[in-house]
Amino acid sequence: MDIGRQAVALGSHEVSRFAELLAQHEDALVTTWTDQVAATLRGRLSAAELHRQTAELHKGFRSALEGGATSLDAEAAGELRALLGDLSTSRARQGFTATETATSVYALKDAVLRILDDNGGADATTLRDYLGFSAFVDRAGLLTFDAYVRAREELISDQAEQLLELSTPVVKLWEGVVAVPLVGTLDSARAQVVMERLLQTLVDTGSPYAIIDITGVPAVDTQVAQHILKTVVAARLMGADCIISGIRPQIAQTIVALGIEFGDIATKSSLADALRHVLRLTGEAARRGGPREG
Amino acid sequence: MERVPVLKIGDILLVSIQIDMEDQVALQLQEDLADRIVATGCHGVIIDISALDIVDSFVGRTLATIASISRVLDAETVVVGMRPAVAITLVELGLSLPGIRTALNVELGMEMLRRPPGDDLAFADDDPAAVP
Repeated sequence: MDIGRQAVALGSHEVSRFAELLAQHEDALVTTWTDQVAATLRGRLSAAELHRQTAELHKGFRSALEGGATSLDAEAAGELRALLGDLSTSRARQGFTATETATSVYALKDAVLRILDDNGGADATTLRDYLGFSAFVDRAGLLTFDAYVRAREELISDQAEQLLELSTPVVKLWEGVVAVPLVGTLDSARAQVVMERLLQTLVDTGSPYAIIDITGVPAVDTQVAQHILKTVVAARLMGADCIISGIRPQIAQTIVALGIEFGDIATKSSLADALRHVLRLTGEAARRGGPREG
Repeated sequence: MERVPVLKIGDILLVSIQIDMEDQVALQLQEDLADRIVATGCHGVIIDISALDIVDSFVGRTLATIASISRVLDAETVVVGMRPAVAITLVELGLSLPGIRTALNVELGMEMLRRPPGDDLAFADDDPAAVP
C-alpha cells in the first residue's frame, strides 16, 4: 500500500535525486532524448532546432526538480509549465499532431531509463522512484496536450473571425445605391454583423437604396428569411429602401413552400435586375423632383 | 423644462432633437409643432433624431402621433437621421413605426418633401419589372 502511494507521487527526496541525475548526465540525456524525438518526427524539424528544444526542456525539468517541485502545479515548476506551453503552441502552429508533441516529452522517460540501466541497473527502490518521476513526466505530456488544444482553438476562433470579416462586405454599386453580396450560411451572429454594417454604410454614404444579394446563400429557411426581413425593416426605419436579389429558382420554391412572406419588399432574380429597378426609381425621382437634374 | 426648437425653412419646419427625449419634452414638442404648422402654414415637417441614442416606445408613438396630426393639418412629416443602433433596437422590439416616413438625412428628407406625397407608392405600381 505504501509502495503504491509513493509510486504515483514524487517525494522531496526522490526529487533531489532526479535533479542530481538530470544534472550529472545532461549531455547523454539530451542526446538520447533528441535522437528519440528525431525518430518520431521523421526529419520535419532540423536537428539543431530539435537539440535546442530538448536542451531547453531538460533545463526546465532540472530547474523544476532542483526547486523541489513534487508536482507540476508547484511554484518551482512555473518555468517548466511555460516552456511546455510555448513548445506545444509553436508545434501546433507548425502543424505537428498532439501525439507527436506529447511523445517528444515522453521520450525523456526512455532516456532516463537508459541512464539508470547504464548506472548499474534498477533495483526496487530506483524503480519505484522512477515510476514517480514517470508520473511527473506524464503530467507534463498532458499539459502539452492541453496547450495544443488551446492553441488550435485560438487558431480556429481567429479564422472564424476572419471569415466573418471576409464574407460580409458592403459595396457601393452606384451613386446612392449600396449592395451586400451575402455568401455562405446566414446564422444569427453573421446576420447581426451584416445588419450593423449595412446600416452603418447607409448612414456613412447617405445611400437611400440597398440591394441584398443572396446568390451565395446556400439555403433560405424561415430563420434566414427572418434575419433578412429584420434588416430590411431596420433600413426602412432609417429611411432607406431594400431590394432582395439573387433568388435562385430552388430558393424561390422553398420560400413559397415555407410560406415566407416578403410583403411589399421588392425581390428580383438577379443583381442586374435589382440595379435596373433602383435606377428606374431614382431616375423617376429626379425627373419628378423638378429642374434640379435636367 | 427644456424645449425642442422648431425652425422654419421655406415651406418646411425643421425640428432637430438634441436633448434627451423625456415624455414631457415629447408631448410639448407635439403641441408646439401643431401650433407652428397652423401659424406658418408650412406643408412639410422634418424631425431630425440623429442625436438620439434611445427611442423608446413612447417617443415612437409620439412621433407617429405628430405625423398623424401634421397630416390632418396638410403637412407631410419625415423623420430623418435615425441611428443604426436605434433602428436595430426598434426592430428587435417589434416597433416598426407604421405611418412614419423616414429618410437617411435632412437633405434626403427635404428632397422627399419636394415630391408630392404618396409618390413612393406610385413607383411600385408603374414598375413593369415587378410583373414579369
